[in-house]
Amino acid sequence: MNRLTTWFTTGLIVFSLALVAPALAQQPLKIGFGMSLTGPLAGNGKAALIAMQIWAEDLNAKGGLLGRKVELVYYDDQTNPSTVPSIYNKLLDVDKVDLLVSGYGTNVIAPAMPIVMQRNMAFMGLFGLNVNSKFDYDRYFQIMPAGPEPAIGWTQGFFDIAMGLSPKPQTIALVGADAEYPALALEGARAQVKRTGLKVVYDKTYPPNTVDFSPIVRAIAATNADLVFVASYPPDSAGMVRAANEVGLKARMFGGGLVGPQFAALKTQLGPLLNGIVNYETYVPDVAGKFPFLEQFLAKYQGRAIREGVDPLGFYLPPYAYAMMQVLEQAIKATGGLDQAKLADYMHTYEFDTFVGKVRFAKNGEWAQPRMLTVQYHSVIGNDLEQWMRPGHVTVLYPASYATGTVKAPYQDNKK
Amino acid sequence: MEFPTALVLNAIIAGLLLGGFYAALSVGISISFGMLDVVNIAHPAFIILGSYIAYIVNGWMGVDPIVVSLVVSPLFFALGILLYRIYYVCFERRGQESLRGLAFFFGILFITEVALVLIFGVDYRMVRTAYSETTWRLGPVDFPMRLVVPFLVSVTMVVGVQLFLTHTFFGRAVLAVAQDPLALRLMGVNPTRVKGLAFALSIATAGVAGAFLIVIQPVQPAIGREYIGLVFAICVLGGMGSIWGTLLGAFVLGIAESFTSTFFGPSWAPAVSFGLLLAALGFKPSGLLGR
Amino acid sequence: MKNRTFAALAFATAVAVIAASRLIPNDYFFSAAYTVLQFIILATAWNILGGYTGYVNFGSAAFFATGAYSSVFLYKALHAPLVVMIVTGTLAAGLLGLAVGYLTLRMRGVFFAIATLALAVVLYTFVVNWDYVGGARGAYIIQPRVIPFGLPRYIHLLYSAMVLMTALALVIARAIETSTIGRGLAAIRDDELAAECAGVPTLRLKLFSATVSGALMGMAGTTFPYYLAYIEPSAAFSLSYAVNSIAMPLIGGMMSWVGPVIGAVLLGSVQQIVQVTISSAWNLLIVGVLLVAFVTLAPNGIMGWVDAWRRKRR
Repeated sequence: MNRLTTWFTTGLIVFSLALVAPALAQQPLKIGFGMSLTGPLAGNGKAALIAMQIWAEDLNAKGGLLGRKVELVYYDDQTNPSTVPSIYNKLLDVDKVDLLVSGYGTNVIAPAMPIVMQRNMAFMGLFGLNVNSKFDYDRYFQIMPAGPEPAIGWTQGFFDIAMGLSPKPQTIALVGADAEYPALALEGARAQVKRTGLKVVYDKTYPPNTVDFSPIVRAIAATNADLVFVASYPPDSAGMVRAANEVGLKARMFGGGLVGPQFAALKTQLGPLLNGIVNYETYVPDVAGKFPFLEQFLAKYQGRAIREGVDPLGFYLPPYAYAMMQVLEQAIKATGGLDQAKLADYMHTYEFDTFVGKVRFAKNGEWAQPRMLTVQYHSVIGNDLEQWMRPGHVTVLYPASYATGTVKAPYQDNKK
Repeated sequence: MEFPTALVLNAIIAGLLLGGFYAALSVGISISFGMLDVVNIAHPAFIILGSYIAYIVNGWMGVDPIVVSLVVSPLFFALGILLYRIYYVCFERRGQESLRGLAFFFGILFITEVALVLIFGVDYRMVRTAYSETTWRLGPVDFPMRLVVPFLVSVTMVVGVQLFLTHTFFGRAVLAVAQDPLALRLMGVNPTRVKGLAFALSIATAGVAGAFLIVIQPVQPAIGREYIGLVFAICVLGGMGSIWGTLLGAFVLGIAESFTSTFFGPSWAPAVSFGLLLAALGFKPSGLLGR
Repeated sequence: MKNRTFAALAFATAVAVIAASRLIPNDYFFSAAYTVLQFIILATAWNILGGYTGYVNFGSAAFFATGAYSSVFLYKALHAPLVVMIVTGTLAAGLLGLAVGYLTLRMRGVFFAIATLALAVVLYTFVVNWDYVGGARGAYIIQPRVIPFGLPRYIHLLYSAMVLMTALALVIARAIETSTIGRGLAAIRDDELAAECAGVPTLRLKLFSATVSGALMGMAGTTFPYYLAYIEPSAAFSLSYAVNSIAMPLIGGMMSWVGPVIGAVLLGSVQQIVQVTISSAWNLLIVGVLLVAFVTLAPNGIMGWVDAWRRKRR
């Protein structure tokens, strides 16, 4: 028994020594992050990674940053939050990265926060939902355009448009998945309900792995709600849309917070079933005029995405992942170094010109102005991907400066 | 709480349709786990594999995924034979199958999942069929073909498996091996061979169930894990080794889920389903139709 | 070695390890070691019911999450200190373990395994619907700015707590194994009916072993919310806890307390290393292959090899 204990301790010491072994040679400027390359969110994680790699290549072709080549150091977080602390500690202590950015989504951003805060690093977040509300860290920034109050910014468009209908809608049904994003979107929707004086006739959540959504949609249909607000993830978005179609749901407006129709997979699979749905998007070709540099980036991205088996459109996340890196790039160039305090200071003060437009950050690190697009899908015919690459199937309803048309209500009339 | 007739009728039909699909997912487990004592936790991974094969062939040739799955089921059968061979040599022959077998199949689950990620990527895949968007209406009741077609094929398959087991020599040998392998050996039948073929049959059903899955909802490689609990729950609830029990258990869970979703709150559906299972285990451990 | 001597030695080693790790300037070591230690506790705890008694628990995640969420509750309600969280979470999970112990009255083998799995699903649904602890939305647990004992960072405190808890778990596991209780449990594992007939108080022993096993698993989860800073149900109930707590004792060997430790150190370290070296879909593959390879090639775990080798030498 004694000998075993000795062996065990020796093993432990060897193991720790291996970890302490210092990293060598740090010529390039290293930017570290964890990213979901396997697990449920891997589709988005890989798409974001491709965008970031394109950014690094673009930049290195122009000679890099501060005269150094840029190198991305990343590890697969498996969409599992419990892997994140070790990943970020490794990036900082072993790989000695110069800068940190986050992985995709709240679940993997939050566990990195304590570590980042202890080192006083500036930290760019990729599509975290209101992560900073509890941490209150003044060097945290976030690139998703949901505004300083994400829950409100996310739902504003749907409710503004709904209240513009005539006659004014009276009742609303709220439904969403039992998960982090839908819970936040529903929270925002409830706040909007209070503001607009609507009456809630249905407010329930469902487990994410639900197979058949028709019982839920039937229960909603039985309430005769004027508006139906849905907050869901891709598989259940597909389920809800199909069930709404099968049950023959009638509502003035249907949609709001479906995750999924932003991606090629659901766009092509659901096709005409999307007609009439009001939903959010972060970019659609119909407003390409407002995003002058995006086209060439998307062309580059789309070529690689098909090879990697991820979203071949890349409208939702990749432009923002690229923009996130552009923000860092511009801040580093302007401050002329990697001083984290100066970087954060600069990012708070100045406006950034990125592929996704002009970005200014609010005090809590979110966009100062929300810019989620609220859109309505229409005249989709068949299930080919081609039609989505061109303008003509999406009306942008909100915000006003991006609007390309007005809403067509009720929802079911869009189905002919 | 009100219970309007139309909603109740629809909840029953939706529950039955869902249950039919659940039966297809779990009939394989009922064979491998219920009859052969092989704790094949990787069963859902083979279901997903079936989904992807249906998806690929459908993309190439536009053949209906369920037809594809029936055509390629011999491949799954062969895979099952191979897998059982390994399992037998490594575990069963040494007489230490249950727990080690469990870990073995966990490993297989991961390996299959990763193989799918590496080959197909991680995006959601779905298949559209000729009937995907058709719904029949009979009075107040809806019959979405997306669920009806898998339901019909599934029930046919499950009944077919049951008839096969009770009405053929080989099938009876499987039932016998579940009860007393030694006696079977004395009768001059090789139990290992019988078990191998039965296990292969269970994997073949997984391939077909995979086609149902991708007709009903989008699929990505890691989604199989979510069905592990469900398939074992149905198998145990229905009664170990009873195919009729599995069908009944699947219907019970399907209807329980659709009623909870319609009238109370979908959020509680899993608690109700698994609560039912716990209750069944507590009061009648042998399951609904168990011996 | 007497249990008391072993306990003294274990805790002395633990304190020495904590003191020695102060010299390591690298936080990566602490977070990686935290994860490995957490798995040592889980594997050891699982083995008390699974290995010694022969009842396969599929719901390790439920116990782990009970520990974690009782901490979340205490954090929200009282901002309780870490020690209180650890003790409460351990007790809460112990109670759950006792309840599971009563399940063994009617169920054996795979039925018991499925029942524990069902229990985990039911518990998961409750947590998802319990808004006070964050529900589906998740809860933020902010690490305190002031760190006791003059430690430089909070992860050092969590790590130290983990080292001590590991020592405790090992002492308990070894004490059970070498006592009459352990022999009683082994009798149940080998033939419950015969044990009952021979006068072994099977129910009391099973309840005891289920409670201890559950409590220790819960203990491993109590510090988890602080480690992650943000916790949501799917992280706390992750399948990986159920898989690892079964796989690790299997790989190490289930007959003695050393087995789970070896399994956890090996598999846990491999997972850590693979995660930061290969870093793609291949890492899950390696865990899968390792699992398959070990159960096929080393049927009694690594300790099985060691024993066989020792016997040959004699």
